[in-house]
Amino acid sequence: MTAGGTGENGTEVILSVKDLTVGFGSNIVLDKLNLDIYRGEILGFVGASGTGKSVLMRTVLRLLPRRSGSIQILGVEYDAVSEEERMALDMRLGVLFQHGALFSSLTVKENIQVPMREYLNLPQELMDELARLKIDMVGLAPEAADKFPSELSGGMIKRAALARALALDPDLVFLDEPTSGLDPIGAAEFDNLIAKLRDTLGLTVYMVTHDLDSLFSVCDRIAVLGKKKVLVEGTIADMLACDDEWVTSYFQGKRARSIVRDDEKLVS
Amino acid sequence: MQPSPEDQTDVTRSQVKTETDVQLAEADDGSTRAYRFSGDWRSVSIHLATPKLDAFAAKGGEAGEVDLSEVTAMDTAGAWVIRRFMTQVGNVKLTSDKPRYLELMNALPEKLPEPAADKKKSGSLFVRIFTPVGNSVVSAWEDTVAAMFILGSAVRGAQLKLGRHSGVSPAAIVNQIDRMGVQAVPIILLMSFLIGAIIAQQGAFQLRYFGAELFVVDLVGILQLREIGVLLTAIMIAGRSGSAITAEIGSMKMREEIDALKVMGLSPIGVLVFPRLVALTVALPLLTIIANFAALSGAAVVAWSYSGITFSTFLARLQEAVDFSSVLAGMIKAPFMALIIGVVAAVEGLKVGGSAESLGKQVTQSVVKSIFVVILVDGLFAIFYAAINF
Repeated sequence: MTAGGTGENGTEVILSVKDLTVGFGSNIVLDKLNLDIYRGEILGFVGASGTGKSVLMRTVLRLLPRRSGSIQILGVEYDAVSEEERMALDMRLGVLFQHGALFSSLTVKENIQVPMREYLNLPQELMDELARLKIDMVGLAPEAADKFPSELSGGMIKRAALARALALDPDLVFLDEPTSGLDPIGAAEFDNLIAKLRDTLGLTVYMVTHDLDSLFSVCDRIAVLGKKKVLVEGTIADMLACDDEWVTSYFQGKRARSIVRDDEKLVS
Repeated sequence: MQPSPEDQTDVTRSQVKTETDVQLAEADDGSTRAYRFSGDWRSVSIHLATPKLDAFAAKGGEAGEVDLSEVTAMDTAGAWVIRRFMTQVGNVKLTSDKPRYLELMNALPEKLPEPAADKKKSGSLFVRIFTPVGNSVVSAWEDTVAAMFILGSAVRGAQLKLGRHSGVSPAAIVNQIDRMGVQAVPIILLMSFLIGAIIAQQGAFQLRYFGAELFVVDLVGILQLREIGVLLTAIMIAGRSGSAITAEIGSMKMREEIDALKVMGLSPIGVLVFPRLVALTVALPLLTIIANFAALSGAAVVAWSYSGITFSTFLARLQEAVDFSSVLAGMIKAPFMALIIGVVAAVEGLKVGGSAESLGKQVTQSVVKSIFVVILVDGLFAIFYAAINF
């Protein structure tokens, strides 16, 4: 796997958050937070529960208002551009919500076609084929296409939601805890799938996760959120070298150590 | 996959700046054929070139070469269209000087996996007409059984296991009476006052021809106390509280809360439906009494202002026209109506499936069915009363 930031255009910043402040009432959740994501990388985002990981993601997606600061996606400040440019920008983002957020009254195939219908000018037959292609790409059985979300298992919902997030071949994909609730084998498959899609489609992935296996195996870079800021960002080695108390206990705790040991065994 | 800065902002549904094209190039001796793809092969623009591709695919099945060297941008949709074209033409070789596109093309499957054949069969006309009829008969029977089950379970109580106390909480019942009864008082008062006034005005207007305006008091009194009072209150409560019961139970079912109750050894019907049934059975007769008072005062006001019947005349005439059996005939119906509304709402709530759409459908069904059954039962009561001269 190639590390992020070393591709032919590796230094291009695809998402840039500067001095972002978000709060509810008198409670400041994020205070002058800075974060950059580079094209083609998989960024793992961790932090204790309640530190504002979801708030940051939702603010970047403009589901929450911000107090101050700027958010540039693909080099464009969302608030500063025209309606048409915003639409073009929306097409280039894909989101996998934590619980899938599939439309419960539509089948998986129709769910995938919702963004296609909204943005593209394709004949129904081609949209059907593309939906089946996406279903195949995320590793779902072809029979799943005509099932409703309530008929799917948890892992299948995650895959179907990923297929919908990828419907328009976005440049930047947000994944909110993609492997939570999956068994370790399913989670590993999902990680591999994301890495494979990144390699073939050139995706950039912003992944909020608590899965240490994902952090160690697919993430190129990791950012840790704490104290209303990004505490530390960098590779696993940087995390292990960091002396912040929370980061130390997270990455060098009992559960993490066994994974590190396994990795070392594989290397030696 | 590296679009230029211009088309980052310019590519929208309507305007596509880049060219999307495919040309068939043939060598002079006709020995080699090459399909040269050029331009932007992304989902926003492939519709410009797909007709041309289909035309090529329909025409030729000869060996050749697919050349992607001049493609400036490609995503899975574009790659899929080209891949599909290659399968249609057959026996073609893929060349490109951009390894990224080749990699993307090769990552796609040759053919989409076909789902297992669906079992949908369209029967004869006879079958197609009578299948829905049969289904609705079966579902009506199942509804009846479910209603009986709910009534029985509600009476049996909250515990599934024997030997434990009933688990009915008075607080839940009082809370439900507050929500379904007390909070409904203003709207019931207003509605009944207006209904009474309207009946009185219409009655007085028609009876004026016979010089029998005073009999408007008989008309309003008997009609309101025997029929309209309980009927309209029940319809209002079916819309107001029946829908709420269905929505509450339905969304609890969607979130597996019903299953959680079952696992804890509690009967969901005993816990959820019983307090609501009791509350409705208590609240609806009381609301009917309030509705009757409001309607009669509405009628009295209209009779006084429209026909000049004073309040004392109104009351004296009312006392003569209405006897206790009229009041009773209406009031007896109220608990039955309450049970119907509660049971139908619970049956529909427990039928909610996984989707938001089914929740909306069952709430609608709940209101429609309970109003229908309430009116039906009102008619049966009228026949029964007539038969026993009540």
